[in-house]
Amino acid sequence: MKNIEQWNNPYNEDKVIAACGLFGIMDTSGRAFSGQDVVKGITNMHDRSNGLGGGFAAYGIYPDCSDHYAFHVMYLTPRAREETEAFFTTSFRLASSQELPTRKTKNIVDPPLMVRYFIPPDGARNMDFVDDDCVTRTVMHINYCIEGAFVFSSGKNMGVFKGVGYPEDIANFFRLDEYCGYMWVAHGRFPTNTPGWWGGAHPFNILDWTVVHNGEISSYGINRRFLEMYGYRCTMQTDTEVVAYAVDLLVRKHHLPIEVAARVMAPPFWEEMQRQSDKERALNMALRQTYGSLLMNGPFTVIVAHQGEMMGLGDRIRLRPLTAATKDDLVFLSSEESAIRLVCPELDRVWTPMGGEPVIARLKEKREQEAMAAVRSTA
Amino acid sequence: MSQCSFKVHAYDEHDDRVCSASENCVGCHRCATFCPTGAISIRHNPLEYRNNEYWKAEAIEDIIKQAETGGMLLTGMGNDKPYPIYWDHLVLNASQVTNPSIDPLREPMELRTFLGAKPDMLQVDPQAVELKTLLAPQVPIEVPVLFSALSYGAVSLNVHESLARAASETGTLFNTGEGGLHRKLYKYGPNTIVQVASGRFGVHPEYLDVGRVIEIKIGQGAKPGIGGHLPGEKVSADVAATRMIPKGTDALSPAPHHDIYSIEDLAQLIYALKEATNYTKPVSVKIAAVHNSAAIASGIARAGADIIALDGLRGSTGAAPKVIRDNVGIPIELALASVDTRLRQEGIRNRVSLVAAGGIRSSSDVVKAIALGADAVYIATAALVALGCRVCQQCHTGKCAWGICTTDPILSKRVNPDIGTRRLVNLLRAWSLEIKDMLGGMGINALESLRGNRLHLRGVGLTDTELAVLGVRMAGD
Amino acid sequence: MVPRSAHQDPNADQVVQLDAAGLHYRQLNELVRATVAGGMRKIKLLNVHGQRYIGTGLDLAVDIEVFGTPGNDLGAFMRGSRILVHGNVQDGCGNTMDDGYITVEGRAGDILGLAARGGKIFVRDNVGYRTGIHMKEYQEKCPIVVIGGTAQDFLGEYMAGGIIVLLGLNLDSGEFHQCRFVGTGMHGGAVYIRGQMRETQLGKEVGVQELSPEDKELLRGLIMEFSGHFGYNGDEILSGTFIKLIPRHLRPYGRLYAY
Repeated sequence: MKNIEQWNNPYNEDKVIAACGLFGIMDTSGRAFSGQDVVKGITNMHDRSNGLGGGFAAYGIYPDCSDHYAFHVMYLTPRAREETEAFFTTSFRLASSQELPTRKTKNIVDPPLMVRYFIPPDGARNMDFVDDDCVTRTVMHINYCIEGAFVFSSGKNMGVFKGVGYPEDIANFFRLDEYCGYMWVAHGRFPTNTPGWWGGAHPFNILDWTVVHNGEISSYGINRRFLEMYGYRCTMQTDTEVVAYAVDLLVRKHHLPIEVAARVMAPPFWEEMQRQSDKERALNMALRQTYGSLLMNGPFTVIVAHQGEMMGLGDRIRLRPLTAATKDDLVFLSSEESAIRLVCPELDRVWTPMGGEPVIARLKEKREQEAMAAVRSTA
Repeated sequence: MSQCSFKVHAYDEHDDRVCSASENCVGCHRCATFCPTGAISIRHNPLEYRNNEYWKAEAIEDIIKQAETGGMLLTGMGNDKPYPIYWDHLVLNASQVTNPSIDPLREPMELRTFLGAKPDMLQVDPQAVELKTLLAPQVPIEVPVLFSALSYGAVSLNVHESLARAASETGTLFNTGEGGLHRKLYKYGPNTIVQVASGRFGVHPEYLDVGRVIEIKIGQGAKPGIGGHLPGEKVSADVAATRMIPKGTDALSPAPHHDIYSIEDLAQLIYALKEATNYTKPVSVKIAAVHNSAAIASGIARAGADIIALDGLRGSTGAAPKVIRDNVGIPIELALASVDTRLRQEGIRNRVSLVAAGGIRSSSDVVKAIALGADAVYIATAALVALGCRVCQQCHTGKCAWGICTTDPILSKRVNPDIGTRRLVNLLRAWSLEIKDMLGGMGINALESLRGNRLHLRGVGLTDTELAVLGVRMAGD
Repeated sequence: MVPRSAHQDPNADQVVQLDAAGLHYRQLNELVRATVAGGMRKIKLLNVHGQRYIGTGLDLAVDIEVFGTPGNDLGAFMRGSRILVHGNVQDGCGNTMDDGYITVEGRAGDILGLAARGGKIFVRDNVGYRTGIHMKEYQEKCPIVVIGGTAQDFLGEYMAGGIIVLLGLNLDSGEFHQCRFVGTGMHGGAVYIRGQMRETQLGKEVGVQELSPEDKELLRGLIMEFSGHFGYNGDEILSGTFIKLIPRHLRPYGRLYAY
């Protein structure tokens, strides 16, 4: 079994520490737009990163096969590709595979080979259909067992593009100007070491969840041990990874609304709860008592995204910046307001959420579906 | 009798004799040193608790004091606990037969060091054979020993002046600490490191301009992760003027800089200071040595710092909660070794100078630190001992009998800046001679040949893990 | 007020326009310094998009007008310049400012006026976290921050001196200021608040006072100055109810330690 920990954390640190700039745009009407704006926004915060990591997540970019799981895999060796593809064929029937289109970019040195695979919903060899758990297992298997291969994107109708370099160079390398999506999230990284490994860049992804993160989570040690009880393996040893798994656990597995998951990660102070209504207090106290080990302590801002939804969240005492803005159907999240203004000079509203207060952008369509579901359940 | 600021000695008129309240004695040796007849000797008071290897006197007495006051225990100086001292497990090499040792008395022996970021490579115009690369600001020091941060307010102005003048005479630097720089000392600016700490006391454009190096203080070895607190009693008119705060107010330094909550924020402050001084001065970042120092140092280098100062577990302080001083941080030897190793593994060691601090006691500690990878060291306790300090750990009381760690106008006079300067210059001269002797013995005549040259070190009495962290082989191996 | 020493210079009243589009902060600030070195004292910066440290490292009183969104640390370590921003400012505006005058026609991010020792900052709308943290005053130097809107948490944290005025002009009637932990660790200076605030929003180191005639006098001056910048009716603002927060102890942490 290979050791990703060794790749990502060659010095065996408590955790890999990195900080940075974040940027996200969503068109809540679902209209797709190219990656140019998100690149412009994150590039304006060049000084928040140091060239050792940049990455993007784009949603709605594969509309023609939107029900297919899209795998983006990086290979360090040809042998890794052979092994991985052999493994795919034993488990799945692939709809298609091709190398991810890239462009020669000056500052991008020695990139791994990037290949994309589409797995149709009925593409499982031993099951009727492919499900999330099966995909998660596959990702974990490849990432853990196949030397030189790493799945860095595994959701439907979305993709992660990331690597070692400044975000603008990574975007150019992956030809992001040629993709159109309704939601884009970007990250420029300032790590405190040089893993020199492409998989270590943000966003972190599992299924269609992506997380980009700024800050350092001081509670990482216990967050990680708590998640391990639920079967997550923190192979990357970064504090960002625990955010992704925490959201996956709380929202996908425990079915908490994302607003409530945010309250687990950045709960109200005990004293504040004393002043809340009985109903609210009962919920908040129970959340904190039950999931106290998932409280994310220390400075952080994250943008967590999945299909149809994007959430910006900062720590309880706002030790890292986050600015939100809206213009018509567009919602922006950014480490700095100037980046938003550069993309969209005239805004309807621009504000800084309170620490611990989530900003959630949802596709209108999704909002309507949820409202309908709520109506049905109360009926 | 009047020498004691802790009220041990008193004159009893009725009996016409001097009596002693020996329980007040802190062991500072002031009275013994100044007793004209040599009549005073100081011994440990033998009143002992029932022998118990777990519940020792210190633990019992701390609890008693806390039960009485309800406060955090405050203390001064550095960690006095019996943690391993790695300096004392490292031995140096010397030349025999295959390589001649050098006689430092007659042969050239270079200790000059330049602090500042070095480029990864130089460009030279091949035709004109002319340097094309513009180097970042470089600050020369003639001996690899700097005086560490001691703020005016914590120590007296006479101490600051002694340090400033000694640094000037010796060709090294002294560090203002976070309390600003008294205008009287501005003339020593070329030998001054001006510190910018979270309280930003006395920080203004002129202060930044006058210094040779600007240091951002993130942390201190004696109290990693917590802020500072100069009590109002020590804020005299002059201290107030230098710090630019009203007289008699508490000077509180928050634990973090509130414009630095992350590594990219540090980069932002580094460049704010560079912008403020038009890129003419190196910016140093001082951190306490903690678990992830190596990664943090790498981040600091990438954030644009020119110098990283690492302050270890034994670093001293004018006042710190005892629980922090005695329990937080890691030894400087280990931190220094791992930081130097990491910066080299990442190919960025050239980008920063590394200054090691926290418990340097002698010239051999200096040489060992340099061999582990430091460019220079900071000394504070050693400098204060040269000025009279006997390490009685009462700095936090403001009653320093040697007039060092106090702003009491009467006690402060006990440090004469002329004498203080001379004693500090003597100390650095003596250490320089010893360093040269050690270098010569190793067959080295330029200090940079020792920097990070761990082959000249061997470990004795260390485990494999300790040797691995230090990057040093076992003696005899 | 800011010293206006530049008026002897023949170029002093000439306005120079600089286009910041596409420039890195280092280039932009070099350009500004070169312009000032050339004798100019009035500069308009157009298309500013996140460039940091505008106004830092100028040793003369210069008028800078900013169009766009300046980056972090606007006016950091500044001594004596005036900056007018037509828009919002980000984090660290007025960081460790020694003297100067900043007017923001919009809102401000976190740590506005951090550790400032002098100068004035006027912000029309809201401000972020930790406004005025660790401001201090010294002799004639007294930093002043006037905020038209409301503030987020830790307003006046650790404050050792200076004045903060929070006007709450954009609060609806009955709406409370949103900030919590106001004046926590405060041991000097004063915070004036117009609009409603619950006692639970205050840090434990502050006490509430009625305004004295001197306070009213001071407030009148500042609010008139504020209103002049943003076109408000100062008297209307003054007719609201104000409270004054002051440190309860000059030594908030006096009982923390055992010697």
